Amino acid sequence: MASEGGTLTSSEYISHHLTNLTFGKLPEGVSRYDGSVVGEGGTWTFAHGAEAADMGFWAINVDTMGWSIVLGVLFTWLFSKVAKSATSGVPGSTQNFVETIIEFVDDNVKSIFHHKNPMIAPLSLTIFVWIFLMNTMDLIPVDWIPFIASEMGIPYMKVVPTTDINATAGMALSVFALIVFYSIKQKGLGGFLAELSFQPLGKWMLPFNLFLELVGLFAKPISLALRLFGNMYAGEMIFILIALLPFWAQWVLSVPWAIFHILVITLQAFIFMVLTIVYMAMAYDHH
Amino acid sequence: MNINLTIIGQAIAFFIFVVFCMKYVWPPITAALAERKKKIAEGLDAADRAERDLQLAQEKATENMRKGKEEAAAIIEQANKRANQIIEEAKDKAVEEAGRVKAAATAELEQEVNQARETLRGQVATLALAGAEKILEASIDEKAHAKLVEKLAAEL
Repeated sequence: MASEGGTLTSSEYISHHLTNLTFGKLPEGVSRYDGSVVGEGGTWTFAHGAEAADMGFWAINVDTMGWSIVLGVLFTWLFSKVAKSATSGVPGSTQNFVETIIEFVDDNVKSIFHHKNPMIAPLSLTIFVWIFLMNTMDLIPVDWIPFIASEMGIPYMKVVPTTDINATAGMALSVFALIVFYSIKQKGLGGFLAELSFQPLGKWMLPFNLFLELVGLFAKPISLALRLFGNMYAGEMIFILIALLPFWAQWVLSVPWAIFHILVITLQAFIFMVLTIVYMAMAYDHH
Repeated sequence: MNINLTIIGQAIAFFIFVVFCMKYVWPPITAALAERKKKIAEGLDAADRAERDLQLAQEKATENMRKGKEEAAAIIEQANKRANQIIEEAKDKAVEEAGRVKAAATAELEQEVNQARETLRGQVATLALAGAEKILEASIDEKAHAKLVEKLAAEL
């Protein structure tokens, strides 16, 4: 178990594994984990324990950003490498693999989204592969990377970016922005507002309609973000709980859970992608 | 689990990855896929065409063979006919030749027979005269009896 000196209790172990490595500015007057008090003007530092809450919005989860960017770069590197040497002749094994994924995504997009938009398919591909890779970090034994990190002097390391609500919400909000953008682009601002106001009960029930439609609209990104976050967070939590068992008994539970989790990982990436395509199709369709 | 700047950082990273994917990943790969699809379709087409061509060629070959056989049969028949004709002609010619040779031989024979007869006739007359001379022991007036002897010789 990763620790910064001495043994940890179970709850300390769990909360340690669920804490991001947050870099931000601690405001003046906050007492720190080691008992000192932040001096005048505040201080820029990595948060320890509950200090991240004191940093407020202007802090960044370095581990989430780092791992997600590393995985995103891995994805773009692999796929662009294949794209550069893509041949219409006999494909190599890497190209074959990449083509399989692309055709899978393309089939899904074509069956759901029936308009012309050169961005939907690459967007779906990015969502699917990126989320899949981020989720896959869950299959790395929970202690390995945090242990290496703590040996290197990094106090916290949460390796699965999708167990951070910021990551899932960031993507969901981007998708939400696209929904609103394309709704207005397709229907005009008036058309978009009319759609929100005059359905489903006609113009005499406008406030009620507006309330209903706005809830429906905002439920989209929130459900996207929370579904992915909740699934991955729960999965991660179970891995951590399993890791609390004696080392010789862990495999009895962790192996079946990991195998089941392969399904969850793929399924969540797939659901996020499909829902994005569905929402974009809805933004294009007139109701 | 605090909402912080990470949410914006993630959105930016997401945006960059999507744009990158849209520019450098999606178009080349889908183009390659479309190209391969076209190639395969063309290949199948060509195979179909080749098969059709093969069938046509086979039919043509059979037809040619049949024609060849027919022609050969016709030529053989003609040759046979011609051979028969030549034999007939040769036969006719031979018969004609044989006739001519026979006629020539007959004519010569006749001529020789006549000649022999003439000779014989002359000798018979002489012999008869000689004989009669002997018998009569007297000379016979040749002129008086010439008519009688000639009559005798003519009867021979």
